[in-house]
Amino acid sequence: MSTTLADEKARTEALKKIEAEKPRLEFGGAWEYAPAPESKDHVRLEKRYGLFVGGEFVAPRSKKYFETINPATEEVLAEVAEGNAADIDAAVRAAEEAYEKRWRKLSPAQRGKYIYRIARLLQEKSRELAVLESMNGGKPIKESRDVDVPLAVAHFFYHAGWSDKLDYAFPRHRVSPIGVCGQIIPWNFPLLMAAWKIAPALACGNTIVLKPAETTPLTSLHLAKICQEADLPPGVVNIVPGAGETGAHLVNHPRVRKIAFTGSTDVGKIIQRSIAGTAKRLTLELGGKAANIIFEDAPLDQAVEGIINGIYFNQGHVCCAGSRLLVQESVATAVLGKLSDRIATLRLGDPLDKNTDVGAINSKMQLEKIRELVACGVEEGAEIHQSACAIPSRGFWFPPTFFTGVAQSHRIAREEIFGPVLAVMTFRTPEEAVEKANNIPYGLSAGVWTDKGSKIFQITSKMKAGVIWANTFNKFDPSSPFGGYKESGFGREGGVHGLRAYVELS
Amino acid sequence: MSAVLSLDLARVPTVDQVGIDERAASLAKRSIKTTAKRAGIRLAMSMLDLTTLEGKDSEGKVRQLCQKAIRPMPGDATIPHVAAVCVYPNLVSVAKEVLAGSGVKVASVATGFPAGLVPLPVKIEDTRQAVAMGADEIDMVIDRGAFLAGDYDRVFEEIVAVKDACGPARLKVILETGELETYDNVRRASHLAMGAGADFIKTSTGKIQPAATPSVVLVMLEAIRDHYLETGRRVGMKPAGGIRTSKQALHLLVLVKETLGDAWLTPDLFRIGASTVANDLLMQLVKETTGRYQNEDYFTKD
Repeated sequence: MSTTLADEKARTEALKKIEAEKPRLEFGGAWEYAPAPESKDHVRLEKRYGLFVGGEFVAPRSKKYFETINPATEEVLAEVAEGNAADIDAAVRAAEEAYEKRWRKLSPAQRGKYIYRIARLLQEKSRELAVLESMNGGKPIKESRDVDVPLAVAHFFYHAGWSDKLDYAFPRHRVSPIGVCGQIIPWNFPLLMAAWKIAPALACGNTIVLKPAETTPLTSLHLAKICQEADLPPGVVNIVPGAGETGAHLVNHPRVRKIAFTGSTDVGKIIQRSIAGTAKRLTLELGGKAANIIFEDAPLDQAVEGIINGIYFNQGHVCCAGSRLLVQESVATAVLGKLSDRIATLRLGDPLDKNTDVGAINSKMQLEKIRELVACGVEEGAEIHQSACAIPSRGFWFPPTFFTGVAQSHRIAREEIFGPVLAVMTFRTPEEAVEKANNIPYGLSAGVWTDKGSKIFQITSKMKAGVIWANTFNKFDPSSPFGGYKESGFGREGGVHGLRAYVELS
Repeated sequence: MSAVLSLDLARVPTVDQVGIDERAASLAKRSIKTTAKRAGIRLAMSMLDLTTLEGKDSEGKVRQLCQKAIRPMPGDATIPHVAAVCVYPNLVSVAKEVLAGSGVKVASVATGFPAGLVPLPVKIEDTRQAVAMGADEIDMVIDRGAFLAGDYDRVFEEIVAVKDACGPARLKVILETGELETYDNVRRASHLAMGAGADFIKTSTGKIQPAATPSVVLVMLEAIRDHYLETGRRVGMKPAGGIRTSKQALHLLVLVKETLGDAWLTPDLFRIGASTVANDLLMQLVKETTGRYQNEDYFTKD
């Protein structure tokens, strides 16, 4: 039986009418929050920052400085010295001297004392550091205030406690430090990543040359000031800002005994190749494309919060972000409806406003990469859903976005976007969910949502991911090891497992 | 009826306690300052159900409360009147008389408040009497014993019967969340009450702790949202019990704004049941204008 064209038209009209009359939530301006900017008066920014080598801020041998900006306004915040090969060499030698003459000779309890002191000073300056982190990186103040800085503090406190207890962490072994460690950190959690790297290395008796990311050097340099204030012996921590080339000099320096890198998988591979055949030790914490799996028996509203937290936290600049949503067919419509409503309430804007949920994209380069992949998603035929929030005229911004109708083969389902962009796929059986979740070169993190305890154990035991959250997402604790499988890297940070990367056992 | 009801309740999503607590706490961090604070306080004032539910309540006390309801701040007519005055049935006619023509509604508790452990005919008669004496709104309690025993049909049918007895009066159904033990139960009871015809769902009687915690309010708001999206019917929400400060009241408004949106930011769909919060709202409002906190004796204790 065929329908006439008129019938078809009437049907379409009727469907449109039903759609228009469907109950909808309005998140408008019935009661608008007033601006609530955190004050930046107490942030003491310098015009120019040198390299932190041998306990002093020194002019770079490179004679080069680069500008560091606020990505929310594109304003220049300061000039920062850029390290070249000679600068890295000076820093490594300072670290080596400090290691031989001072740090390794200190009693473990004394080492712990210095780390406790750094932790307390960080805590005292937490407000200044949170504001500075948001200014330099674009992340919302509520995140730098409630997550980045407190966790950084917690990492120092936690590892300070390990300093004189390493024999208990590795029973039946003689524990000794490695020596000079080269550490390269990313721009997404600048201070927190510095803490993840520095605290365990110091606790285990090593000295450090740290290279912060080129877009976010400021909190690391303020951490250097804290090291001075804590009276840390000169040369134990050295900080040399710069871009990829500076990092390469550090990786290739012959007197560096260990490299710890957090960043992209591409760079991780380059590092691994370049130190092949040397005695250097290596830990890599690289990219991810985490599956966040929602079963039909999940607490749906909390699962939606988990999706939001998983992908829009820190603008999605999170290596363990839940960037692939796998939702069971029977609840897919409900979950996506709730997700649509929820992103309408996300507040994008001034990172220093206490009510901001989504801040600025970290850099122009990153924004372009996000745009390219999103355009590719549209081109490949996925359906795009975006928050209609207003975008500020200056700075780098991208609205919270998700794609439906995504196939496993789409680039947006396979590549790390590192932005507020979620790829949604559905599944019918638990086997299908596990297969899709594991069918990716990455293996950093994952999430499982179900009210059924046995299902959590059944599913997670089949998944290849370093960290799996059940009925929550993006939870961190210094006592909990973090790290990846497959191309997400190797080695763990945090907990007893994390100490292993910074000790020699005999 | 009953098979359908059970099926519907089985489809109600579960609530993860850690997750809901986290979400409620994160919304408590919204910074409400300057213009938003002033507007929020006025809005909260207009949503108050000023309540007195004590055995020793007197006519005099109710008259005094009604005056406060009509003009919360003597000498400042810009501050809106509250939404309703909530009393026991015997005091409805007193309240009705004072509030006549003011726009402030009279609400009466009924159905064997606060325990609800009386036979259904008594509940129905209790409701009819209160409405006959002039109550615009009825705050009923559910039979928690029946609910916890899994006798959902009975709870459902009682609400239907009381709603019927209400006639034109609006019905608020008190779940007494402090006795329901789990968020799953709160969510299920919310859907049950809305399905049975509640115009409002309300957290507590004020006689049991914990009462209107932010998490419990959020669970109920999410239930209201799902009910609306499914049926198109907007059910109101009334947290009651333990709300004493402006900060708590503003937090509740944040929960409403970010869960249900603009349509619910009105006294028609959101009420705050409280007795003492009014003076704190006034004190904060005066502080916003003058920059100073006033002595508490500048505000009338009613």
